[in-house]
Amino acid sequence: MIYREAGVFKTSYDADMALLPIPMDKYFVIAVTLFAVIVVPFISNEYWLGSILVPVLILSIAAIGLNILTGYAGQVSLGTGAFMAAGAYMGYKFVTAFPDVNIIFGILAGGVSSAMIGIVFGAPSLRIKGFYLAVTTLAAQFFLIWLFQKQPWFVNYSISGVPTAPPREIFGILVTGAEASATARYVFVVCFTIALAWIARNLVRGRVGRTWMAIRDMDIAAELIGIRPLQTKLSAFAISSFYCGVAGALWAFCYINTVEPSAFDINRSFQILFMVIVGGLGSILGSFLGAAFIFTLPIFLNNFFGVLGLDVSTATIRHIEFMVFGGLIVFFLIVEPHGLARLWALAKEKLRMWPFPY
Amino acid sequence: MEFLQSIFVTPFVEIVDSPYFFFEVFFGGLMAGVMYSLVALGFVLIFKASGVFNFSQGVMVLFAALNFVGLLEHGVPIWLAFLITMAIMTALAFAVERLVLRHLVNQEPIILFMATIGLAFFLEGFGETLWGSEIKPLEVGIPNDVWFMGDAMIQQADVFAAVVAGAMVTVLALFFHYTRVGRALRAVADDHQAALSIGIPLNHIWIIVWAVAGVVALVAGILWGSKLGVQFSLSVIALKALPVLILGGFTSIPGAIIGGLIIGAGEKVAEVYWGSVFGGAIEEWFAYIVALVFLFFRPQGLFGDKIIERV
Repeated sequence: MIYREAGVFKTSYDADMALLPIPMDKYFVIAVTLFAVIVVPFISNEYWLGSILVPVLILSIAAIGLNILTGYAGQVSLGTGAFMAAGAYMGYKFVTAFPDVNIIFGILAGGVSSAMIGIVFGAPSLRIKGFYLAVTTLAAQFFLIWLFQKQPWFVNYSISGVPTAPPREIFGILVTGAEASATARYVFVVCFTIALAWIARNLVRGRVGRTWMAIRDMDIAAELIGIRPLQTKLSAFAISSFYCGVAGALWAFCYINTVEPSAFDINRSFQILFMVIVGGLGSILGSFLGAAFIFTLPIFLNNFFGVLGLDVSTATIRHIEFMVFGGLIVFFLIVEPHGLARLWALAKEKLRMWPFPY
Repeated sequence: MEFLQSIFVTPFVEIVDSPYFFFEVFFGGLMAGVMYSLVALGFVLIFKASGVFNFSQGVMVLFAALNFVGLLEHGVPIWLAFLITMAIMTALAFAVERLVLRHLVNQEPIILFMATIGLAFFLEGFGETLWGSEIKPLEVGIPNDVWFMGDAMIQQADVFAAVVAGAMVTVLALFFHYTRVGRALRAVADDHQAALSIGIPLNHIWIIVWAVAGVVALVAGILWGSKLGVQFSLSVIALKALPVLILGGFTSIPGAIIGGLIIGAGEKVAEVYWGSVFGGAIEEWFAYIVALVFLFFRPQGLFGDKIIERV
């Protein structure tokens, strides 16, 4: 009774093809979006904006990227961290080479370079799949991180090897670098997130997304009905890497404020894979839920032991974190393979029925 | 030009100049390869019997070694610690079958693969919660002297590791060929459905292969651990077993051994002679790139079964 899908009569194709054809969904999403952009910056403090919301949103972008590749196109990748690094380093190169160009283009340039690298490392997917492919993405992970670490050209021959993110402004407000206020960085990141999520949502329900899903479900059958595996798989790799690249650039510019390889190591790849699994494979909403869940879980665990009054060393907390993550992954794969996004769908179902049992 | 020369000419000149040094590097690499082979062996066992690509094999090596070294530190004699750790690995096999595999029957291989990633994280956290994460030296009486062959130096520990690995492969081969369980394992590896229909209990077979893989992991863990100390990075090094598998083929035990040797020797030689051209530390990715290139030409690996797909 609360959530109603019935009674929506469409009179035009446009209405039928709308992103959110149900009015309740539409108003809800618009309300959440406006809330995130306008209200949140006023009601949150520096810590929440800068240390929780910004990284969660950036990781959501990366998770959407991996979800496109793994959840929609069915190609497992363990190299997400490397593609993020590609975005961060190439974004940094672009921003320092063209200091007058708007920072938005710098970040998009990072994404585009990452997409090109993604195509190169995605090429083997035409011959192999499954865990074979996972190994080639591991190649990307180790090779790219090594490349950025060892070749001083990527950091403009900086002595420390870990350059700081250059400060850049939009409309006269500093949005990147250490001096930028948390609010400005948050608004900058949230706008990126909304735009990219909107594009992703449209991509996956359109022609491109349907070909991805056909390839995922059975690539030979998809090929037989006329879907070209070359374009489909490589476009999935390119777009996925683009998202990861943008996320990496934002991570470097708006969150950690330095461009450093350790932020994009193999654990980052696993972290994002976990977000996608826990959030829900093949769901844009799931990417957000998964990112929020996986990122805040360690913070929660930290405080949890504090509240209990147990004196647990940080090392032990880290180990317990590992155990909880591992256990959760197995749990989700067994009990709820569609992840948190599925729980959301179930909640909607319940709201539709309520107060009747069926 | 200078760059090309440093890739195509200088290293070979160096090799010809000091063949003993080359031999030393090559031999050291082979021995590191033996270690990769041992990890890869565990992968192959499980993959053949259950079609599960066990990502956690590397962490199982760490987990077994952590338990072993932890028990030793509590004053347990070596032989008893070995037996207890074997028991732990068997218990682990039971738990994995009961809690994970059983619930994921008939799922796509990639789901199982991701489940083993979860398992890897769990085991890593569990092992380190129990025993702590500091680097632990492991001393089990493996000789650590050197022999000289001409001018080349050979670590006795490496030779010892190779002998142990060889012995283990022999034992496994005998086990597979001459025991009832071994025959059942081969039957399952050949065809799950057929094996099931003649009354081979798949669940038991899974427990057995996971337990065997656990023991292989334990041996690998002891050998690695006595060389480098038991530490977290063992599980990262063990990831190198993945390219080894791609090279050797996922379904072939000889493939795992030979793949390991090629990767081990190849990356050491590449690091010593070509590393400086690229800025060093190419060991980190050499194996993966070799595997990547190899996949383009022969996706099933050197000895693997040909991949046939049907709609």
